[in-house]
Amino acid sequence: MNEVETQNKVKIHTKNLDLFYGDVHALKDVNLDIQSHNVTALIGPSGCGKSTYLKTLNRMNDTIDGVKITGDVFLDNENVYGKGVDVTILRKKVGMVFQSPNPFPMSIYDNITYGPRMHGVKKRIELDEIVEKSLKGAAIWDEVKDRMKKSALSLSGGQQQRLCIARALATQPDVLLMDEPTSALDPISTTKIEELIAELKKNYSIVIVTHNMQQAARISDDTAFFLLGELIENHKTETIFSSPQDKRTEDYITGRFG
Amino acid sequence: MSDKLSNDVAITDRKKRPFEKLFYSVIYLLSGCVLALVIYFIAIILIRGLPALSLSFLTSAPNPIQQTIGIFPSIVNTLYIIFFTLLCCIPIGVGGAIYLNEYAKNKRLVSAIEFATETLSGVPSILYGVFGYVVFCLLFGFKVSLIAGILTLTIMVLPIMIRTTQEALKSVPVSYREGALGMGATKWYMVRTILLPSSLKGILTGIILSIGRMVSESAALLLTAGGSAMYMPKGSLWDQLSSSGSTLSVELYRYAYSRGDNETAFGIAAVLILIVILLNLLTRFIAGRLNTQ
Repeated sequence: MNEVETQNKVKIHTKNLDLFYGDVHALKDVNLDIQSHNVTALIGPSGCGKSTYLKTLNRMNDTIDGVKITGDVFLDNENVYGKGVDVTILRKKVGMVFQSPNPFPMSIYDNITYGPRMHGVKKRIELDEIVEKSLKGAAIWDEVKDRMKKSALSLSGGQQQRLCIARALATQPDVLLMDEPTSALDPISTTKIEELIAELKKNYSIVIVTHNMQQAARISDDTAFFLLGELIENHKTETIFSSPQDKRTEDYITGRFG
Repeated sequence: MSDKLSNDVAITDRKKRPFEKLFYSVIYLLSGCVLALVIYFIAIILIRGLPALSLSFLTSAPNPIQQTIGIFPSIVNTLYIIFFTLLCCIPIGVGGAIYLNEYAKNKRLVSAIEFATETLSGVPSILYGVFGYVVFCLLFGFKVSLIAGILTLTIMVLPIMIRTTQEALKSVPVSYREGALGMGATKWYMVRTILLPSSLKGILTGIILSIGRMVSESAALLLTAGGSAMYMPKGSLWDQLSSSGSTLSVELYRYAYSRGDNETAFGIAAVLILIVILLNLLTRFIAGRLNTQ
């Protein structure tokens, strides 16, 4: 524990994390610290374990059959895989945005209030306030403020994704996990979301999985490179992209494979 | 290169494709036949049935002394059976489907149960009748009564409810589930707020199909609920449900087959069709209201 407490800027501390899907060893002894109020990008070729790692942080792998996890993940000194952990509280603190926008088939307003209501917020005034704050936080307020009662499915793909970010912000998390949040979007929507991420890191710690190396270079402070379930190296983003320590990292970011 | 693929042809130069035309004509002809059959079917029942309807026919019990016929007891029996069977089979069917789809971990057990429900939905209804008679009437001591009929029909329509609900649940995208769980929703909260509202239409289809099956059922009810409805309903609800009584379909069978009274049979048929149409509209209306909430 001492080791964790001394690094007070560390939001998430991963220690000797192994994950198996049945017989497949999908994460191999991963040790990684996620800094508070930073954007950490996870890069690597498909199947390298970066999304799997991301999902260990809010225990979304729990829902998959046959997953076995050993090692520890500390969120603010609390072990995510410890005894008596309530995943509802964990996932309230560690919100998630998925690869393709997945608004619920209900109104824009109801999408945003889904989380808060679940956590017991009932007063209309409080809910209204959360909705406005979250939608403003996700830079979509101006586009939807006059059509709160309309179905969220009527929005464009880019708007839907920002709505999903707003929905994640509505439960007031500390950490935001983003699993390739722009891979299904057009360049203009992608730019909007990247700008939004830069804005969000003031208040949240962000971990983002991306296939797009330019994106990692543009928006992240730290970058971690995964290959075949191993964390090859992690550093400040400038360092990774200017002087990678490992030959495999260099090969990947210069486009020699992946 | 084949000259069939030559571009040396104007796009306005329409080709004759005889099979395409033939195909369309056959399709239209067949759809026309289906439509005509349905219309003819409903029309013949209403045309022959409606004249038999009168206020006393609808609101009285049969009176052998005055030689008058009334179907009020059967209408009440039919509605009781529909209502209480739905009351039993909706929670069990929907709950079972949720369990099979969302909670059950043992894949082999699930496919065994699915195989069983599929098999059950193909079993002739007279077998349900015999089963219901032996188990509910004799073993459970309900005698030949509406309750025994309701329990028998519950088992009979359960496979329909489970299958349709399961199909509806399966059609809800995984991403909705992930979204809800990712925000910290418990499984039950996710089922209640996302899955059930999204699969309401499918569940509704199940209810409508079930009503259809119940209304049309005669064999299973003849053995368990009874073959005649001679008296006006009286006494408490429990008294009514624990006495025997026939539904409209059973009555129809009795008039048409045992008595050769086709006019009465068509009258009952017309009432049946109207009840089915009304119940379907009502179910849709209720689901529509639930959906907007």
